[in-house]
Amino acid sequence: MNFHKNHWLLFSFTFFIFIGLSLIIAIFPAIWVQDNAEPMPGSQPLTALEKEGLAVYVSEGCVACHTQQVRPLEMDTVWGRPAAPGDYAHVTPLGVWAPYAPAVLGSERTGPDLTNVGARQSSDVWQYIHLYNPRAVVPDSVMPAYPWLFDRVPSVPEGKAAVPVPPSFAPKDGNQVVPNRRGEALVAYLLALKQPVPPTAAPAAATAEAPAPTGVPGETQAASESAAPAASEVPATPAAPVEAQATAPSTVSAVAPEEAATASEAAATVAPPSTTTKWDTALGEATFTGSCAACHQASGQGLPGAFPPLVGNAVVLDPDPTEHILTVLEGKPGGGVIDGVTYSSPMPPFASQLNDEQIAAVVNHERTSWGNAAPLVTPENVAAARGGTR
Amino acid sequence: MAQTSPVLTIKRPLAVSKASVEPVADTDVRWTKLIYAYAGTATFWLIWGTLVGLYLSYKFAAPDVDHLPWLSYGRLRPVHTNTVFWGWSSLAMIAAALYVVPRTSMRRLWSYSLGWVSLWLINLSVLAGDVMLMAGINNSGQEYREFIWPVQLVFAIGVILVAYNLIRTIADRGIEEIYISNWYIMAAFLWTIPLVVFAYIPTYQQNAISQTVVQGYYMHMGVGMWFTPLVLGLTYYVLPKLLNKPIYSYSLGVLAFWAQLVFYTMIGAHHFIFAPTPWWIQTVAIIFSVAMIITLAAGTGNFLLTMKGEGRQIARSYSLPFILAGVISYFLFSAQGSLEALRSLQGVWHFTNYTVAHSHLTMYGFVVLLIWGAVYGILPRLTGHEPPAFWVGVHFWFAVVGLALYSMALMVGGTVQGLSWMSGSPFMESVRAMASFWLWRAVGGTLMFLSHIIFAYNMWTMRPRPARSRAYEPSPTAEPTAPGSAPRGLEPAGSSAEVSG
Repeated sequence: MNFHKNHWLLFSFTFFIFIGLSLIIAIFPAIWVQDNAEPMPGSQPLTALEKEGLAVYVSEGCVACHTQQVRPLEMDTVWGRPAAPGDYAHVTPLGVWAPYAPAVLGSERTGPDLTNVGARQSSDVWQYIHLYNPRAVVPDSVMPAYPWLFDRVPSVPEGKAAVPVPPSFAPKDGNQVVPNRRGEALVAYLLALKQPVPPTAAPAAATAEAPAPTGVPGETQAASESAAPAASEVPATPAAPVEAQATAPSTVSAVAPEEAATASEAAATVAPPSTTTKWDTALGEATFTGSCAACHQASGQGLPGAFPPLVGNAVVLDPDPTEHILTVLEGKPGGGVIDGVTYSSPMPPFASQLNDEQIAAVVNHERTSWGNAAPLVTPENVAAARGGTR
Repeated sequence: MAQTSPVLTIKRPLAVSKASVEPVADTDVRWTKLIYAYAGTATFWLIWGTLVGLYLSYKFAAPDVDHLPWLSYGRLRPVHTNTVFWGWSSLAMIAAALYVVPRTSMRRLWSYSLGWVSLWLINLSVLAGDVMLMAGINNSGQEYREFIWPVQLVFAIGVILVAYNLIRTIADRGIEEIYISNWYIMAAFLWTIPLVVFAYIPTYQQNAISQTVVQGYYMHMGVGMWFTPLVLGLTYYVLPKLLNKPIYSYSLGVLAFWAQLVFYTMIGAHHFIFAPTPWWIQTVAIIFSVAMIITLAAGTGNFLLTMKGEGRQIARSYSLPFILAGVISYFLFSAQGSLEALRSLQGVWHFTNYTVAHSHLTMYGFVVLLIWGAVYGILPRLTGHEPPAFWVGVHFWFAVVGLALYSMALMVGGTVQGLSWMSGSPFMESVRAMASFWLWRAVGGTLMFLSHIIFAYNMWTMRPRPARSRAYEPSPTAEPTAPGSAPRGLEPAGSSAEVSG
């Protein structure tokens, strides 16, 4: 037995040790994982269109910059709860040329994690604008534009909606931008990326989560409009500290919605809130940047035709903050009519993503920025609003 | 035996003048042409693959520079990685192996025509794979196995044929012992072939994250059981040969070999620390990542002790500086990889651009520098034509300084990125913070790319052609030596280096 002189001995030894170790460290664990893949309770298999979208995701190499794995680390909590094997149990191979389940976990986070993007950014309108050119909604983005997922047509075909691309990014020839089949599939897939909340482990806040956006504007819009009057009956500041009560008078909460709208126009000229009121301005700005600016923009101006402005927004300037807080908590599942303009894009709910302090800070940020001047709110107002239902 | 002093010709100003090499006394022109064809096509893939990489680095500053699907970031990134892996590095290493194995076995290569078949198959697979990736045909988005299976099958057949060619050459060897280079070189083939087969068998990758379990194994072994042993095997030949002395310790080389096999095979899962893959394979991966320090210390210690006291020789050679820098990179940046595997440091660096810096420091700083050392050490001996020493020097410094800029920018930037996420800042803050680091990365990348242009020029100057007056001229009418008999004048490289230990 001499490795130095017997090449067959040396090479077969080398070869078979590697085979044996490979079985132990890779092949048997893979078989075990495959045989023990129980789907997460409450999770749904991808539909045919969503799976087509996953194929687009793979084909365009999205995995080069986006992860889909939330680690059990404090820093990852912004992306959702830690990933479990069952989160990937529904993934199945794409076809004969790629006969492997594409669990697109990724290895780089040059862009954000997408595990929960369907819940975080549930607006298909936003996804389309962002894919057409990311810089139309996120000015500092380095993500590629994907114009080949869209058709540019002189008139919008039956049953389709034009993407409200901002003028500086829209086609110069006046054509309309309409997603093609691959674009629709990719957005369907992205919107399907939502962590199912296990029934037993559901946090209390999750019960306040609004129903998933259906994308049927008429139905959900009517629902949110009919629910609006009830919302303002929720007492806004039952136990607010003294310093907050000075700027958020609870008496206004009894004002009927239509009166509140007119009152808010006056509120724009009201003196700025007392500077002695303490709230975390840095937290408000950071939360706004992280959760709101993608649609409403850092300028608060929104995108015309796509996302409503917060500057001069009646709900934001309303001295009664209840509607404002509830909008952040519950979102606008079917879009809505804001200051006379109809927006079809749904706004996601933030009740389970942000805590009371963050929501109070972001509401205050919106109420005091870009020339807005409306009474401030406290985390207690938010806590109270969470208890209310529309 | 009497050797001409390598420090004879001192003609060139501006830098330390470089010694000339003696061409191999008697080479088969078919052998020379085959090896040059491998190295030449490898150089083509180097230029193409790094041109793509450079373009991608500019895209971070100008994401709207083009709106063409075939040139979009997500499609081009795997073109860059797969081209420099399977096109450039693999072909260049095989070129050198086709020289080293016959030399150390004291036999001619078993079959030249089989060598050409392999060359065509590998080039065809890289070409087809690149075109398909740009067209959006992708094997489920797993790094380094983006080529769909028919493409990778063509590649694998090419590699299997090279392995067969080499193993027949070794089996036929003219000396009793198998030189340590051939342990490493053959092992690279014997490990990589089952690796690719395992990675492309679909039966246990049908749902959930089973594919991820295989992916960790595959993406790490692809580097550690292919590039690492192959390039180390080449270095075990080229370094003693160029220094004209035996390797410091043959036994250390053997120890590092077995340690490589046992430790390295187990550490793939450290690419998915904190992922929902089985926790125990992550822990095993971390433990063996740390154990890799033994392999590293044995390997680099052996090379550095061989180079000890040879500073003047190294400065006088145009290939030894590449090897010295490559060996130092091997130790530093593989050790960096072991550290990165620790869970605490993963918290900061995982998913950041730090990992991009690490992969370039190892694949480029270690593997590619050693490949260049081998190419500059081998080709002039075969063709009888040396590259201009000045331009080899420019190549070296552009590559090393470029890599330093590139990796420093991404290591610092990656740390900033990780800390930004840990502080809970909005995600876009980390993107904005990276802008200047990405710019510096592009500057470093530009220098690296320029060095590749210079390397291509140097390759051109080394091409096989009618010899200079002093060089050996292969006789076109000379009968090729029959298989199984040593070519005339072929002697053990580096005299005692071959059979010591």
